Amino acid sequence: MAQAAIELIGINKSFGAVRANRDINLEIARGTIHGIVGENGAGKSTLMSILYGFYQADSGEIRVGGKPASIKTPNDAIALGIGMVHQHFMLVDNFSVLENIILGAETDALLKSSIAKARSELDRLEREYGLEVDPDAIIEELPVGLQQRVEILKALYRGAEILILDEPTGVLTPAEADHLFRILRQLKEQGKTVVLITHKLREIMAITDTVSVMRQGTMVATRETKKTTVEELAELMVGRRVLLRVEKGEAEAGGVKLAVKNLTVKDSRGVTMVDDISFDIRAGEIVGIAGVAGNGQSELLEAISGIRRAVSGSVMLDGKPIDLTGAADPGELRDRGLAHVPEDRHHVGLVLAFEENENSILGYHDDPRYLKGPFLDIDAITADARDKIEKYDIRPANPHLKTANFSGGNQQKIVLAREIEQDPGVLIVGQPTRGVDVGAIEFIHKRLIAMRDQGKAVLVVSVELDEIRSLSDRILVMFAGRIVGERGPDASEGELGLLMAGVEQEAAA
Amino acid sequence: MSTPYAKLPAWADYGLIPLINLSVAFIVAGFVVLLVGENPFRAAVILVEGAFGKGTGIAFTLFYATTFIFTGLSVAVAAHCGLFNIGTEGQAYIAGLGIAIVCLSFDSVLPWWLTFPMAIVASAAVGALWALIPAYLQAKRGSHIVITTIMFNFIAASVMVYLLVGPLKPAGSQAPQTRNFLAGAELPKLNWIIELFGAKIRSAPLNICFLLALVMAFVVWLLIWRTKLGYEMRTYGHSPKAARYAGISETRIIITAMMISGALAGMMALNPVMGDQHNVAIDFVSGAGFVGIAVALMGRLHPIGIVLAAILFGMLYQGGAELSFEMPAITRDMIVIIQGLVILFAGALEHMFRPYIQALFASFSPRSVGMEAVKGKGA
Amino acid sequence: MDLLNAVVQVLDSTIRLSVPLLLACLAGLYSERAGIFDIGLEGKMLVGAFAGAAAASVFHSAFLGLGMAILISVAFAMVHGFASITHRGNQIVSGVAINFIAAGSTIILGQAWFQQGGRTPALQSGERFESITADTISNFLANYSFSSADLLASIRGLVLYLPALLFDALARIPGFGPVFSELLLGHSILVYFAFAMVPFTWWVLYRTRFGLRLRAVGENPAAVDTAGISVAWLRYRALICTGVLTGVAGAYLSMVQTSGFVKDMTAGKGYIALAALIFAKWKPVNAMFACLLFGFLDAASIRLQGSPLPVVGKVSAQFMQALPYVLTVILLAGFIGKAIPPRAGGVPYVKER
Repeated sequence: MAQAAIELIGINKSFGAVRANRDINLEIARGTIHGIVGENGAGKSTLMSILYGFYQADSGEIRVGGKPASIKTPNDAIALGIGMVHQHFMLVDNFSVLENIILGAETDALLKSSIAKARSELDRLEREYGLEVDPDAIIEELPVGLQQRVEILKALYRGAEILILDEPTGVLTPAEADHLFRILRQLKEQGKTVVLITHKLREIMAITDTVSVMRQGTMVATRETKKTTVEELAELMVGRRVLLRVEKGEAEAGGVKLAVKNLTVKDSRGVTMVDDISFDIRAGEIVGIAGVAGNGQSELLEAISGIRRAVSGSVMLDGKPIDLTGAADPGELRDRGLAHVPEDRHHVGLVLAFEENENSILGYHDDPRYLKGPFLDIDAITADARDKIEKYDIRPANPHLKTANFSGGNQQKIVLAREIEQDPGVLIVGQPTRGVDVGAIEFIHKRLIAMRDQGKAVLVVSVELDEIRSLSDRILVMFAGRIVGERGPDASEGELGLLMAGVEQEAAA
Repeated sequence: MSTPYAKLPAWADYGLIPLINLSVAFIVAGFVVLLVGENPFRAAVILVEGAFGKGTGIAFTLFYATTFIFTGLSVAVAAHCGLFNIGTEGQAYIAGLGIAIVCLSFDSVLPWWLTFPMAIVASAAVGALWALIPAYLQAKRGSHIVITTIMFNFIAASVMVYLLVGPLKPAGSQAPQTRNFLAGAELPKLNWIIELFGAKIRSAPLNICFLLALVMAFVVWLLIWRTKLGYEMRTYGHSPKAARYAGISETRIIITAMMISGALAGMMALNPVMGDQHNVAIDFVSGAGFVGIAVALMGRLHPIGIVLAAILFGMLYQGGAELSFEMPAITRDMIVIIQGLVILFAGALEHMFRPYIQALFASFSPRSVGMEAVKGKGA
Repeated sequence: MDLLNAVVQVLDSTIRLSVPLLLACLAGLYSERAGIFDIGLEGKMLVGAFAGAAAASVFHSAFLGLGMAILISVAFAMVHGFASITHRGNQIVSGVAINFIAAGSTIILGQAWFQQGGRTPALQSGERFESITADTISNFLANYSFSSADLLASIRGLVLYLPALLFDALARIPGFGPVFSELLLGHSILVYFAFAMVPFTWWVLYRTRFGLRLRAVGENPAAVDTAGISVAWLRYRALICTGVLTGVAGAYLSMVQTSGFVKDMTAGKGYIALAALIFAKWKPVNAMFACLLFGFLDAASIRLQGSPLPVVGKVSAQFMQALPYVLTVILLAGFIGKAIPPRAGGVPYVKER
C-alpha cells in the first residue's frame, strides 16, 4: 500500500448529548479513491467537516502526509491541500464561475490579476482533467452538474491534493454522475486522493479502491472494494439491529382508498423529485415505501397531503380527486379522512413552543368539538388531551407542559395520537420512529397495525428497512424519484438493499 | 421565532432576564446622566417622585401609559404572527383622520357616549385599512413588511400634513390642525378615581380611554390565547411550515393579524385626540408608535407585561417632564435615550446575558436546565 | 429668462438635497450588500451631524469636525454590529434602537454642553466647509506652500493640492471653462466627495478583493466561511464603511447645508436613503440616480409651493414629498421590475450542520 495521505486517530465529536463520532480511526492511502458509506446520521459528514476544519474534534489526532496536523479552520485545511465539495454547494449563485473560483484565494487586493490567473489556470485544468466550463457563466444559470464541477475546480485551483466529496451524486442525473466518476478517476491517475462520502453502494462498487463503513457514529469496517460485496456492505451499514417484531395477522385488503397516478413533483429548485409515480393503497393494508433518504419520498408525502403542489398526475381519495395545483388545503383533506404524520415533527407536525394540549389539536382546530364559537374550548381541549395522554401513555402526563420538553418518542406519540384518534380512512406516516426510543417504537408499530386491522389504509415511508419489513403488507422501493420495485413483506434485506441502491435499475437499463 | 437556547424556568425567562436587560439599559442611561454632569441617583428619585408622588403625576403617568398600551398591543399582535409591524406610528396617525371625520360631523349633535363608539370604530377601521396594503403586499408579493410599513409611515405623514394644512383646517386659522371639538366629542376624565384615594389633582388628561386600553389588553389576551384565530396566528408566528401543514392560509392569517394590529394602533389616536387636545393636530402621535416597540419587547408580548411596561414608560414620560424642571440639563429627550437602550438590551441584545444565567442555573441544579438543547440530526 | 433661472435653481438645490441622501444610501449599500439590514442610517447620520458640528465649533476646525463625525458614526455602526453580528440579534430591532439613542443623546448632550436648546453654536467661517469657487481654487494654489507651520493645515493642503490643480485646469479650458465654473463649481468639497464615492464604490464592489467578498457574504455567507474567510470580521468591515459614509452625510447636514446642528435635523433622510437603496436595487450608479430623483422631488416640492404647473395644475408639496415612498412601495410590490435584496440580508449567520 502507498503512503497514507490522511490518518485519523481516535476522533471523537459530540453535539450536546449526541455523539456524532466515537473513537474513529481511519487511514487513506495516497492516490486512491476511498469511499465512506453509512446511513443518514451515521456521522460521515461530521467526520469530513472535522477534517476540513469546519468543526473541531473533541479529541483525537489528524495526520496529513504522515505529519500531525492542526486543522482549526478551512484555511488550515486548504493550506494542507485538502479540498471539499459540499453536499449543498458553497457557491454564490449570482456570481460568475471565475468570481466563485477566486473567492478566498485572491492573489492581491485587486481582482484583476486574480481573474487573469484563474482564467489561465482554468484553461490548464480543463486540458488536464477535461473539466470544461465557461468561466464567465453565472452560477445560477448553470445546470447542477456544472455547478458541481465549479466546486471541484475551486478545490483544485486552491491546490487540493486530497479531495473530499460529500454525497456528490445526490443531485445529479445518472449521466452526470458517470461523467463525475470519469473525472474522479482522472484525478486519481494524476496522483490525487479522493474521499467519497455516499450512501449509494452502487457508486462505491463502481469507483472506489477501498471503502469504510460507518454506523451510528462509529467506524465499523474498512474493506478493499474488490474483496467485498454489496450485500456485505449493506449488512454492515444497517447492522443487525434488535427490533421487536410486532405480531400481525394476514392483511384483509379491501377496496382502493388512495390511488396515485402518474404523479410528478419538483422541489423548490425545480429538480424533479417524484417522477411519474403510480400506486394504490387499499383499505386494511399497510404499504411501506422503502428507500434511501432524498429519493423523493418526502416530496411524495407532501404532495399527497396537500402541502406541496404537484406538477402533473392525479391522486384520488375514496374515488374523488385531490386538487394538486397547490390549492389543496390540508384542512380539507383532513375533513375527507386523510391524516398525515409528517416526517419533520419539530417544524411541521408540532409547534414546539406550544403546550401539549395546543399541539393535540393542530390541524383539527376547526373541529367544533374544540370550539365554543370563535373561542377555543380549553376545557374540552385539555380533557381530550388528557384522554390521549392516557391512551398513548404519553409522559410526562401533563397537557400544559411545553412540547419542547417532551422526549422524541413522546413527541411522536402526541402527533400519532392526534392523527389516529380522528379515525381517518387513510393514514400517511413519514418516518414513524425517527429519533424515538425502543420502547416507544413497539408501541407505535402496534398502533399502526391496529389501524390496518380496523380496515384503514396506511402508507408508511421510512428509511429504516427493518421497520418497513416488519410493518408492511406490500413494500414499494423508491430510487431517484421512481418506484423501482414492489416486493412482499418476506423480501430479504439484501434484495431490498440492492433495489434501494439502484443496482437493479442499473442491471435492467 | 424559535429560541435556539436551552430552557430556563419560566420565572427566570419572563422575570429575571427582562429585569437584567432593563437594569443594564438604566445603568447605561445613568452614565449618560453622569456625562451631562448630574447625579443619576438623584435623577432617578426625582423621576419616580414626579411620576407617582402626587395625584396629578399619577394621572399624567396613566394618560401616557394609555397611549403606549395601545401601540404596545398593536406591535405584539403582529409579532405573535411573526410579523414586525413598524408602521404603528403611521397607522395611529392616519386613524386621526377617521376620528376627525366622526367628531367634526357629530360633536354638535350627539353626546360623547354616542360619538365615542363611532370614533372607536372609525379609528380602528382606518388604522386597519392602512395596515392592509403592506399586509397584502407581504402575503401576495413577498414585499418585506418592515420596509413597506416604514414607507407607509411617511406616506401617512404626508397625507395628514396635506389634510391638516388644507381641507381640515378651518378657514382663517393659521395653526395646522382641525377646529377644536365641541363637548359632544370630549371624553370624560378619570381623575376622580385617583381623587378617591385622597390625592389632589389639578388638571390632567387621564380619560376614559385608559379603561378602553385595559379592556383591549384583555381582549388581546383572549384573542391570542383563547380564540381559534389567535391559535392560528401563533402557529404561523412560530412555524409557517406547521401552519401550512395545519391548513392555515398564509394570506388570510397575515392580513388578519396586520389589520388587527393596525386597528389597535388606530385606537391609540382616541386618547390624545378626544381625551386631551380635542382636535387633530400635526404630529399628534409624536413617536408613540415606536415606543410601542419598546413596550411590546419589554412586556414580552404578553398583555399584562405590556400594561406594566406601558406604565413604566408612562412614568418615564411624566417623571421625565418633572425631571427637566429640576435638572434643566436633562430634557425629556432623556426618555428617548432610555427607550432606545431598552429596545437595544431587551430586544436586539435579548440573549446577551442568557448563556451566563444558564450557566449559573446549571451550576445550581443541572437538571432544571434542559441542557439537551443542542440536539442535531447529525449527518 | 425667469424660467431658465428657475430651472438652474431647482437643479442646484437638487444637488444640494441629494448629497446627504447619496452618502447615506451608499452607506446602506455597504452594509446591506454584506447582508446586514440597516434601518439605523438615520441615527448614524444624526450623531454624525451632531459630533461634526460640536467638534468643529469647539476645535475651530472643519476637518476635525468631519473626523469626529466619522468616528462617532462608526462607533454607532459598531454597536449595530455587536448586536447583529456578534450576538445575532434582530437587525431591525437593533436599527430602531440606534435611531432612538441617537435622537435622544444628540439633544441631551447638545443641551448640556452648549445650552442652546439642543443646538450647537453657529459655525464660523473656517469651522464649516465653504463652497469651492474658481477664486478659492486660484487663491489656494497661489498661497499654498508645503512648509506651513501648522502641521494639520499642511497635511490638508497636500490632500487637496491635486484636485485643486485639476479643477483649476478645467476652469481654464476655453469655452468649457466658464460653463464648468458656473455649473459644477460653487459646491462644498463634501459634494464632490459624495459624487466621487459613486464610481469609487462601484470600483470597490466589482474590482477589489474586499468588494468581491462583501458581495459574497451578503449572498451566501456559508460560501465565504468555507472559503476560509471570517464572516463576522468581513461584516464588521462593511459596517465600518457604512459608519464612515453616514458620518460624512451627517457632517454635510450640519457643516455645509446649515452652519450648526439642530435637533432632529436628519428629518427622515435616513429612511429616504433606505428607500433610494431599494429603488436602486442595491447598485451604486443606480443609487446616484435614485438619490438625484428623490432630491429633485424634494427640490421641486419646495420650489412649487403654491405655484401651479402647466397641464397638471397645482401639485401639493406633500404629494411630492410622499412620492419617493410611494414609488418604493410600488417597486417593492414588483410592479416596476423586481427589487431582489441580497439573499442573506437580515439573517444572522449560524454555522450549519
